[in-house]
Amino acid sequence: MRPTAPAPTVIRPSTGWLGLGVPELWAFRDLAYFLVWRDLKVRYKQTAFGAAWAVLQPVLLMVVFSAFLGRIAGIGASGVPYPLFALAGLVPWTLFSQSLNGAANSLVNNQNLISKVYFPRLLLPLSAVASFVVDFLIAAVVLLLAMLLFGWAPRSTFLLVPFLGLLAVFAALAVGVWLAAINVRYRDVKYAVPFLVQLWLFASPVAYSDALVPPQLRLVFSLNPMAGVIDAFRWATLGGSRPDGSILTSAIAIAVILLGGIAYFRRVERNFADTI
Amino acid sequence: MPEVAITAEHLGKRFRLGRDQDPYGRLSEVLSGIIRAPFGRQVKRTSATDFWALRDVSFEIEAGSAVGIIGRNGAGKSTLLKILSRITSPTSGTATLHGRIASLLEVGTGFHPELSGTENIYLSGAVLGMRRAEIRRNFDEIVNFSGIDPQFLDTPVKRYSSGMQVRLGFAVAAHLESEILLVDEVLAVGDANFQAKCIGKMSEIGRSGRTVLFVSHSMPAVLRLCSRVILLDGGSVVSDGPSHAAIRRYLESDLGRTSERRWDAPDHAPGDTVARLRSVRVVAPRGGSAEEVDIRQPVEIEVEYWVLTPSEQQPTANLAFWNDAGVCLFISNDWRGRDVITGLSEPTLIRSTCTIPGNFLAEGRVLVTVAVSTFNPPTAHAIERDAIAFHVIDRSEGDGVRGDASGEWPGAIRPLLEWRTILPAD
Repeated sequence: MRPTAPAPTVIRPSTGWLGLGVPELWAFRDLAYFLVWRDLKVRYKQTAFGAAWAVLQPVLLMVVFSAFLGRIAGIGASGVPYPLFALAGLVPWTLFSQSLNGAANSLVNNQNLISKVYFPRLLLPLSAVASFVVDFLIAAVVLLLAMLLFGWAPRSTFLLVPFLGLLAVFAALAVGVWLAAINVRYRDVKYAVPFLVQLWLFASPVAYSDALVPPQLRLVFSLNPMAGVIDAFRWATLGGSRPDGSILTSAIAIAVILLGGIAYFRRVERNFADTI
Repeated sequence: MPEVAITAEHLGKRFRLGRDQDPYGRLSEVLSGIIRAPFGRQVKRTSATDFWALRDVSFEIEAGSAVGIIGRNGAGKSTLLKILSRITSPTSGTATLHGRIASLLEVGTGFHPELSGTENIYLSGAVLGMRRAEIRRNFDEIVNFSGIDPQFLDTPVKRYSSGMQVRLGFAVAAHLESEILLVDEVLAVGDANFQAKCIGKMSEIGRSGRTVLFVSHSMPAVLRLCSRVILLDGGSVVSDGPSHAAIRRYLESDLGRTSERRWDAPDHAPGDTVARLRSVRVVAPRGGSAEEVDIRQPVEIEVEYWVLTPSEQQPTANLAFWNDAGVCLFISNDWRGRDVITGLSEPTLIRSTCTIPGNFLAEGRVLVTVAVSTFNPPTAHAIERDAIAFHVIDRSEGDGVRGDASGEWPGAIRPLLEWRTILPAD
């Protein structure tokens, strides 16, 4: 063998649990880039509004929430205009819900690739999620503009917005990786996800403040990974008390679900091409 | 001693059939299974539902050689290629590959119809394993090879003709710079000119010191590209050696003589939820053979299939007849059979027999593709390409089409036509 030759590829029946495979994901970064780029291009190609859709969804929901819920006393936070309160919840929520949906369907939507070429399959949920980060960044700018419009000066904590967005992405990925792998075999997932997202919206403090949650349900409520993320996002953008406890609970819940999901995904991915 | 590029040792791949095979399984079925057997005593699958697509396959391939893999449908060729390209994992055995691997299992992998030609070159290149810099470097050459007018490069490929799409797809793949190239049947596309160009490019790749593994049904292409051929049958290697010998063995043993195919287990039979094939055969005439039929005698082809889901449209049997040169002689559909099939309320076995008149086919081998289809819209519910074959023999006894003429008698068919010859009274 030539001394410079790379290590040979050894193919054997894979059994048991595999590592996360990060070095291999890195080796395929060019493909990841093109998959994200394709998703973005295709999503807005034949649309009249193009990237404006990234803004329209949270903003229209904000309008609806404000019109129907805004007048209920105590639903938002005291001293914060309800539209701002709702938008600060909807921006991370939209990122989460779209990413979750994208990740859950990423394998099924790319079944032609899975059955025809090799690449680390985790690239598909990862790149599906990444394409929504661009939308999120645009929406965050709109939130900033809305704050200025309401005369709400941004604080230095606004700079945490990208990190909290990343946390929302991890939350979506954590659940999405599980669902994507299950979706390969059970197409029920495709129908269950929109319903799940809807339920989840009601279980998260998007339209209402978590001060409304009865104390005995607090712990269960904060196990919802998105509860802490949305709290923290509101604090970072609009101020209020720092939600140390809930963000920590959320981060731990996200880490546990994500690591479990990746382990499960890696264990079943060898059968994807046969079952999809 | 030459370097080895690929070593396969006892590779095997098992598929579970039955419930496991259903790709659109429903969670509720699993859940109800658990409810029925709540203490984990699930009904055990018998090994009868296991199916080995590949069994104990071993070989070594030298670096820089081009090796063909041939075999009839279902012999395990594609499974082998999918294992070597890591799309699916083997059930047993190991394979070791030295060098960068690229696999080409279809033309235009990763193409997105909404994206432009340029965008798809990058996307497909990345999907096939090329780095961005590599694609950029080869971009002009890819466009040039595809023969697509650069002014169309900004047009979405959904507006391309299918020929243009295929050419662009192959052009990208032809510029892969991997040491090992695994190719499946992609040359069977495009017009004759482009096919010749593809084969030229492939043999150039073969000569450039890279290792090529080439699965194909096209014997001329295999002969031209490969010096060595591995013949698979039933998932095992049955012959491995110089191309000529392996191809001859393939043509004589397998396709050449099978005048009957049966699928006893419906699970294994070609088909879907509407219809499944059970058997297709040449009915041997009294005292004659099914493999070799006299050109003057009618030939009967009998098809048996199950209609599983009775519906508005009755699936009927169709046959397509091909000669050795790859020309479709004619196709025939049992549309009158619909009257018989109408009104079935439960899964039913259907038997249809098609009679080809004597003094109609030309001499030589005839390959028969069988399908069961509905026609609105046209849907083949079950199809088996080249399912059976038979030879038509012209004994030249003076009462056939050629009379007492000798020598070459060209033509794809050889019908005995009516002539009227008179002496015009004038």
